[in-house]
Order: sequence, then C-alpha cells, then structure tokens
Amino acid sequence: MLAFLIRRIAEALVVMVVVAFFAFSMFRFMGDPVANMMGPDATIADREAMTKRLGLDQPFPVQFAAFLGNVAEGDFGVSFRVGRPVIDLVKERLPATLELALISGLFALVGGIGLGVYTALRRDGLLSRAIMAISLIGVSLPTFLIGIALIYLFAVELRWLPSFGRGETVRIGGWTTGFLTGSGLASLVLPSITLGLFQMTLIMRLVRSEMLEVLRTDYIRFARARGLTTRAIHFGHALKNTLVPVITVTGLQLGSIVAFAIITETVFQWPGVGSLFISSVQAVDVPVMATYLLFVAGFFVFVNLVVDLLYFAVDPRLRSATTGGH
Amino acid sequence: MTEPLLSVRDLTVQFPTRRGLLTAVDRLSFDLAPGEVLGLVGESGAGKSMTGSAIIGLLEPPGRIAGGEIRLKGERIDNLPAEAMRRIRGRRIGMIFQDPLTSLNPLIRIGDQLVETIVTHTDRTPWEAKLHAASLLEAVGIPAARARIDSYPHEFSGGMRQRVVIALALAADPELIIADEPTTALDVSVQAQIIAVLKDLCRDKGTAVILITHDMGVIAETADRVAVLYAGRLAEIGPVADVISRPHHPYTRGLMGSIPSLDGGRDRLEQIPGSMPRLSHIPPGCAFNPRCLQAFARCVAERPPAYRADASEAACFLLDPAMSPAEAAR
Repeated sequence: MLAFLIRRIAEALVVMVVVAFFAFSMFRFMGDPVANMMGPDATIADREAMTKRLGLDQPFPVQFAAFLGNVAEGDFGVSFRVGRPVIDLVKERLPATLELALISGLFALVGGIGLGVYTALRRDGLLSRAIMAISLIGVSLPTFLIGIALIYLFAVELRWLPSFGRGETVRIGGWTTGFLTGSGLASLVLPSITLGLFQMTLIMRLVRSEMLEVLRTDYIRFARARGLTTRAIHFGHALKNTLVPVITVTGLQLGSIVAFAIITETVFQWPGVGSLFISSVQAVDVPVMATYLLFVAGFFVFVNLVVDLLYFAVDPRLRSATTGGH
Repeated sequence: MTEPLLSVRDLTVQFPTRRGLLTAVDRLSFDLAPGEVLGLVGESGAGKSMTGSAIIGLLEPPGRIAGGEIRLKGERIDNLPAEAMRRIRGRRIGMIFQDPLTSLNPLIRIGDQLVETIVTHTDRTPWEAKLHAASLLEAVGIPAARARIDSYPHEFSGGMRQRVVIALALAADPELIIADEPTTALDVSVQAQIIAVLKDLCRDKGTAVILITHDMGVIAETADRVAVLYAGRLAEIGPVADVISRPHHPYTRGLMGSIPSLDGGRDRLEQIPGSMPRLSHIPPGCAFNPRCLQAFARCVAERPPAYRADASEAACFLLDPAMSPAEAAR
C-alpha cells in the first residue's frame, strides 16, 4: 500500500515536469512579451534592459531550469502584465474557482448518480424516458450556450438569480468564500449548473448503463433468490458494484471541471483562475499561463491519485492483490 | 400419500418473441413430498431451469407463467404479489445456481451476505445471525469457518464458494431447495463433495430438493425420484431405480442407453437419432415422434397423457392399456 502510494507520487512528479516543459516551451512561440509590455514608444535599450531583467536573453534550457527551480521553491515568477508575483494572483483567484468546481462537482455527482439509478430502475417509465431525452441536451450543447440560455431565462427574464460575479464574499484568513452570504450562494447557482451539467449527464448515463449491467448478473439473481428486499438488492448490492467503474470516469470528469471552468468563468465573469488565464493569454503573460497549466495538471494528477485510493476502499479484490498476494 | 410439499399442475411457461409465442414448459405436472429429492433431467433447452425459475418466481421477463398452478403445502404461490413471493424466496424455497464464481457479490464479505439473508427472514439480531452464519459455514465444511467469515468471495476456491452458496441458500431453513446444475461449473473431483454436502444437509434438516442436472450419475446417487423432460414436457417420472433399470418411455430408454457404464458391457454407446426440436418447431402430437423408432399414426395426431407403468408414469401411447396390439405392431 505504502509502496504503491510512493510509486504513484513519483509518477505524478514526472508527469508534472513533463507538463511544465511543454507549458514553458509552447509559450515561447506565443509572441514577444516585451513588445507587449513596453508599447511602441520604447527605445531599443529599454527593450534590451527589460529582456535581460526577465531572463529572456538566456538560452532555453537555462530558462527552463531556472523556471523549474523557482517553481520547486514556490516561486512562480512575476506576472509580465500586472507586475506582481504570480502566486499572489493565483491565490486571490483560486478560492472562486475551487468553490465553483466543488459545487459543480457535487451537483454532477449527486444528480448524476441519483438520476442514473432512477432511470435504470424505472427503465420503461415515462419520466425516465423524458430524463434520458433531456440528458442528450446536456451532452451535446456547448457549455457557453447553456450558460447564456440560463442567464437569459433566470437572470434576464425571471430575475431570480444574478447573472455575473460572485456576489458578496467573506474573508477567512487567506480565503474568500461565497458560501456564507445569500448573494454569494445565489451567484453560485447558475455557473455551477452550467459547469456541472455536462458531467452530470455523462455520469448519469454511465451509472444507468452500469447499473443495468449489474442488475443482470448472477449475484443479483442469487440475491433475489434469497428473498432479500428490493431495496437491499438495488442499493446494497447493485449500487456498490455499479460505482467501481463509475469512480474512474467520474474522477477524470471532476478534473476536467476545473479545466472547463475557463469558459464558464468567462460567460459569468467569475473572478477565478480561468478568467485570469484568459486575460493572460491576451497579454502573452507567460508566467501566469504556465502556472495555470501546472495548476490544472496538478489537479488532474491529484484527482487520479484519490481515485486509485478509492478503488482500494471499494474493491476488496484489489486490496488482496497488492498486500496479500506476494 | 401425505400432502405433497410442492404440487405443480399443468405448469406452462411461455415467451413472446418476434417469431411468435414460444412454449418453454408445456403442461408439466409433478408432486414433491417433504424431504424428497427429485431429479429433473433432460437435454439443454428441455425446460429444466425454466421450471425451477417458475417455481421460485424468478422467470426473466418477458417469460411468464401462462397456465397451470404451483402449490406449496396447498397454498398457491404462482400468482402471489411480488412482496409475498419475496418472503417465500429464501425463507421457504431456496435456490442454488450453476456458477459459484458469479453467484456471490464480490464486494461484500461472505459473513455479511449470510447475516443479511438470516436477518431478512428471521427474528435473529445481527449478532445472533453472525453466530448462526459461522455454524452454517462449519456445516457446509468450510475449514476455520469462524476465521473466514470476514473473507471476501474471491478468497475462496470454486468448490468452497459453492459451499458458501449452499450455506446461503439454507440460511433461513427453507423447506425446498432448487439446485440448478450445482456442480456443472466445478472440477470433477469437487463435484461429489458438493453433492454430498447438499445431500447430507438436506437430509438432516428434512429439506426437499429439486436437483436440476443432465448428469444421470448424480441423479442415480442422490435422487429419490427422477423426472425426465423433453421439449418442455414430462416424458417420464418415477423412482430413480425404476427409471434407470426399467425405463418405459422410448426417449428415456434412449437416454439410459447413451450413458457409458464402467463395467464396459458394450463397445458402442447407443444414440438417439436426430436432436431435440427447437421450441419454435415442436411437432404435433408427441414431441418425440420424429425421433422415435416405435412411433405410429396416433403419435403424430395426439399428445399422449401420462400413463401409469409399474411405479412410474410415462407419456407414451405404447403404455395405453386400451391400445390394440395391432396398432402397436405397426
């Protein structure tokens, strides 16, 4: 178990270095940040001084090594655009993105598993068919369109919910939260649905097909033959077996919620790291972009690690394969 | 005769398909006394498993009981509401399936699966149920039962898992166990052990058994009576020794002739020409008539009822006492 964990963490580090390399090298071809920062009136001497100050006159491997070394020390560089340490910018924006991702993820998980189980058990029910038909919309419509449609309906026409921003936030230590104010919670509703809808329908369809599969197995038939209650069979025996494959896909999907947040944050003017990334792209703010990519990759790697550990918790066959086996 | 434990009358199981209605079990009747072991034999598709599933109320839709009735101690159970039938399953009728590797939920400890079953059907507290579970595992011959009660199914071999399955089926002391090919998926060396465990436990508890199999050897060793099924219909039913040594139905005779014997009297095994008809192409009259060497005009026209012959009954016009010798000679 411990050996497994150490191996996975080592693998995760390799992944992170590779991502860092690609992030750093790609952004070298995205235009000249110096020209962007100085404007057209700057003298050549000024530009050279700036280039030197940013370390851009060094050869590529040196720049990359310096970048890695700094990152390892928690120094992600200084934003070209704002002139402040990137880590401070990200810290300011991170709570907004993580809170949005958390609520969307919960919405996707609870809604997806609940509706998936329901549509599997009431396979031929009218409501199930309706849910399945509507879920096609969630899978096929692009996120920004859903967001705009929700804004139009609930913010413009009905005026029930705010259309942009986080509402009022409360500061607790270094973390600003929208969970503690009415307007903060109200502001979370539309972006969370927008961001989580695709994942929810995906999880729902996955849970449904897995559940139907499990309900056909011999051990469910044997459970019926033993006269267990329908409730015990569906929720004690079938659901547990359904969740094993669902965990993998769900884990990856929760990772992509953070990545997809860029679009949702743009549509709802959400002050998170996604919108920070978008404005950095426009300004060719390489340190911010690289940090953002590292952050998303790190999140994915972390979620995958959690998924692997969850497997151990759920499936006893894996536990004995690594501990008792040899 | 005392009141039968189970009485099946004219049981008919049908499946609607795109090619029309298929009849998998056709007006099947038999009785089972308390504590009796009845073998149910026949080729694949003869309707053995369907009969078992129909009795315990677990036919897979769209299959359904289209006619006849099933009585458990005189009480009709084929038309009970789902919840009432659920209470009978496990508590009064247990079932064992073919493949022990897939019969147990892989994610739940075997002790918990046992406790769950016991608590569902009895007043035992979970703690008492766990003690009972351990004694059940001991009874089916799991070594170190107390230590292994918290193991998961994958930690057992196939034979051991089938023992666990037997313990589960017997957990609430049912009056009847339907064992659907309980040893087919196991190694030959383990088969006899499993049959012995099942037989001994049921004899001790007075549990009746319907043993579904195509292995006549198992039937000869285990069953009191045997019912031979052909194309969903009863061909012959009677005491095991009679059916094996003095079969009356031509199909049964063919079936017995095709079993190899160890004393090696014959060089070649007898075969029944042809194969069992598909459910969509069952011939009129006796279903066996196209393959029967003794068939005559009446066999194609009418379906034979069951005639008494010694201690057995067989559905064959050759046994009709009213039949003229001339007709039989043709």
